Amino acid sequence: MDGFNLPLLLALAAVAGALVWRRANTLTWLLFSWGALWAFFKFGFTVPIPQSVATIYLGITTLALVCFASSSRERLEEVTSPIVRLIREPRYRLPLAALLVALPALAAYNVHADMNVPLEAPGFGREVHPAPPTEITVHGETLDMATADNPYIHLHEDDPAAYEEHLENGRRVYYENCFWCHGDGMGGDGMFAHGLNPAPSNFNDGGTLPILQASFVHWRIALGAPGLPAGGTPWDSAMPAWEKFLTTEEMWDVNLFIYDFNGFEPRALGQH
Amino acid sequence: MSRNKILFGIGVLAFVSVIVTVRLGGFLVDNEYRQPDRQAAAEEALGQAELTPRQQGIADEQAADEAEARALPYEEAEYRSVPFVGSRVTVWVLAQLHLLFAAFVLAVPLFAFIIEFIGYVKKEERYNKLAYEFTKLLSVSFSMTATFGAFLTFGLIILYPKFTNYLMHIFSPTFLPYVLLFFLEALFLYSYYYGWGKFGPKVHLFLGFMLNIVGTAIMFIANAWLTFMMSPGKREDVDGDGVPDFVSAVSESGALLSLRDAFFNFTWMPINIHRIIANVAFGGSIAAAYAAFRYLRAKTDEEKAHFDWMGYIGNFVAIIAFLPLPFAGYYLASEIYAYSQTMGIQMMGSTFSWLFVIQAALIGNLFLGANYYLWLGMGRIEGTVHFQKFIKWLLIAIALCFAVWATPRYAIASVSEIAAMGGNSHPQLAVLGQMSAKNTAVNILILSTYMSFLLYRRTGRLSLHPQKQLLTRAQAIVFSAAAALVIFFGIYGYQVDAATRVRFAIPQVYSVLAAMAVITIIDLPLYRNARQEGETHWGKMPAISQYALIFIALSFTWLMGLMGYVRSGLRQEWHVYGVVLDTSPDAYTPSLGFATQVVSVTVLIFFGLLGVVFWLSSLGGKKDYEPKSAAELEGGQAA
Repeated sequence: MDGFNLPLLLALAAVAGALVWRRANTLTWLLFSWGALWAFFKFGFTVPIPQSVATIYLGITTLALVCFASSSRERLEEVTSPIVRLIREPRYRLPLAALLVALPALAAYNVHADMNVPLEAPGFGREVHPAPPTEITVHGETLDMATADNPYIHLHEDDPAAYEEHLENGRRVYYENCFWCHGDGMGGDGMFAHGLNPAPSNFNDGGTLPILQASFVHWRIALGAPGLPAGGTPWDSAMPAWEKFLTTEEMWDVNLFIYDFNGFEPRALGQH
Repeated sequence: MSRNKILFGIGVLAFVSVIVTVRLGGFLVDNEYRQPDRQAAAEEALGQAELTPRQQGIADEQAADEAEARALPYEEAEYRSVPFVGSRVTVWVLAQLHLLFAAFVLAVPLFAFIIEFIGYVKKEERYNKLAYEFTKLLSVSFSMTATFGAFLTFGLIILYPKFTNYLMHIFSPTFLPYVLLFFLEALFLYSYYYGWGKFGPKVHLFLGFMLNIVGTAIMFIANAWLTFMMSPGKREDVDGDGVPDFVSAVSESGALLSLRDAFFNFTWMPINIHRIIANVAFGGSIAAAYAAFRYLRAKTDEEKAHFDWMGYIGNFVAIIAFLPLPFAGYYLASEIYAYSQTMGIQMMGSTFSWLFVIQAALIGNLFLGANYYLWLGMGRIEGTVHFQKFIKWLLIAIALCFAVWATPRYAIASVSEIAAMGGNSHPQLAVLGQMSAKNTAVNILILSTYMSFLLYRRTGRLSLHPQKQLLTRAQAIVFSAAAALVIFFGIYGYQVDAATRVRFAIPQVYSVLAAMAVITIIDLPLYRNARQEGETHWGKMPAISQYALIFIALSFTWLMGLMGYVRSGLRQEWHVYGVVLDTSPDAYTPSLGFATQVVSVTVLIFFGLLGVVFWLSSLGGKKDYEPKSAAELEGGQAA
């Protein structure tokens, strides 16, 4: 249960147990469910979940509970009859008065709490996978991003020895230039990584390299942060434009190497 | 003084004020300043009066405008603008309205024909009546479709003349067949509608069948135009290396190379499949909303019973079509990704991905609304208590899946929240934002909804099948096995690479479809001669159930508008992707907030127009006008 607020979960379970023991009515269960889920979304995680997500979850919770309460005439009667009794019967005057005070007080407190949030700069939603342009120019050569492929990939079948040479060259390039940020094992945890936000890409992640064509990775290596599309700014990327420091062959070689090292293959053209 | 007299007095005063102002203006113009010399008086007497300063000014302005117009050479306009709204939004709204009515007009004949056919086979007149009730909505909707089609065509010609001309260059051979098919559709539609009861059942069914064939063919042609704009070519392994190559239907300058490749382009068939299914779901929901509208206005029990049943059938059609829709959408999205990495990433991982969170919320609402309607529907059948206990668990499953589907991979968060999470994704919830979790959630949602249908179908009926227990257990095992398989692949998806994970969607889908097929096959003999334990009281639904139907229709419409924008917006600054660049002032991608506002306004306009369609369609059932008799008039005067 790492990552969750265990005492809260236990407390909620204890209350639920007590409600089962006391054979609580439907209305009590509905109120408890809403309150328990609110508490869980608000305090149930060691790292708090963002307000935007909590709002979505609470919206779904509210909708589901309303649907349940009104999904049959009998159930609606079960839910509303205690409320009607509370309003009508004289013996409940004191709790009714308390409720009439508590509800606006709760609303007032909510407004107070909403108004008293610390001032902070707005957060930026970052695009993790920028969409590539249709073509790029590297060292004066224009490449069609949809059709371009690693020019040495075919050597894997045609000339394994030459392919190994390119891999070795890629290894050299990687450990001379890239490992500082992307790490020895390519986990995005190089020695400079702690100073970068967002962190460098983790190439071990199965959700990164395999879903990208080799042309995409070449685009990122060759043009780096300065080559990112304007449409998705701000990028906050520290990736250099390696075309200024490496030859085209070196960049395709390192492209081969990072795929080979992680045991992934680039997404093929037309692959779903 | 009475209020009416005061209002009348104000009206008269306003009318007199307008008359006086107009007359005063005329008097001042007629008596404007003239030069007071004899020469002027003489010229005036000869009919050669010199112009007054005002008249001279007007004449000078006209001459200057004419000179300016003559000095300008004629040039073909690339774009024209619309004040305030902008040309893009104008065409966007017109296209969306045309598409919504067209989708409805294509969908309704499809299920009206099926319902009529069921009635013909079962020899039950009520099905025939229901099919006719659905068809009544078509006549006005067809006119609306044609009207907005004309609006859209003129809008494109006026506002995007150069681009429209280019599309004509590519697709001109398809226009004549399109118009001919449109003519045939009108012929079949009106003969199907006005010929109800006038032809033999087989002839009438043939008309309905042909109406569907022609309507679908029209949609397929129109789909070629719009999918060409997204994917002007095909992918084919030309050099035999096992890797698909891009084969463009046009040259680099945009000249047509192959009409066949332009027509049967890469995304044409995925759109066709997606649209047919979505149209039926949408059409069913709109027809159900019409039934809800009539139910809420119904005065007699008979009317209520009829429209309750109609709403149920409409919703049934919508949900049955809706169940496979996520799969068709997934197929379309994967084909877009396969066609263009840029468009694929743009759609699911970049700018447009936020709209999929809204889509998740809407689809979650749709599932919840559909199940809710079914649960309320159990109330019209006697003997439902037994199944009520399952509703709680179904609701928990649906709410959980809804929450998983709506969980964003990268949340909108404040700076302090981002700092606490160490990035935009939450350490625990980020796993729910991935495709494995989403696919699992949608499959379980579909299974749960199917289960609600099954419970509804069984409500008030007792199976008399000798193997009842065995067959029911078999159904439970199939259901549990499908759910377990879906969850297994969902969890296992996190342990494998992305390419394998994406392929896991296929066994998940197949296990759900297979489970639904097997359970249905078992259920048919199981409840074929079931004993009716409780009576079904059509027309005894609470009003909230009808609002749920209207809500479902609204959600479908909004969803179509939103996803239509995503599909079209993926082209970004291109009219035809990679071929014809949009150089108009509207070439930028609008903000997501603005896009949702345009979609919302379009949906509101559509529902306003739909109100007119509903009203016109319901006029046929009203009593004929009868002039009041002399006795009634006298009675009125005496009172």
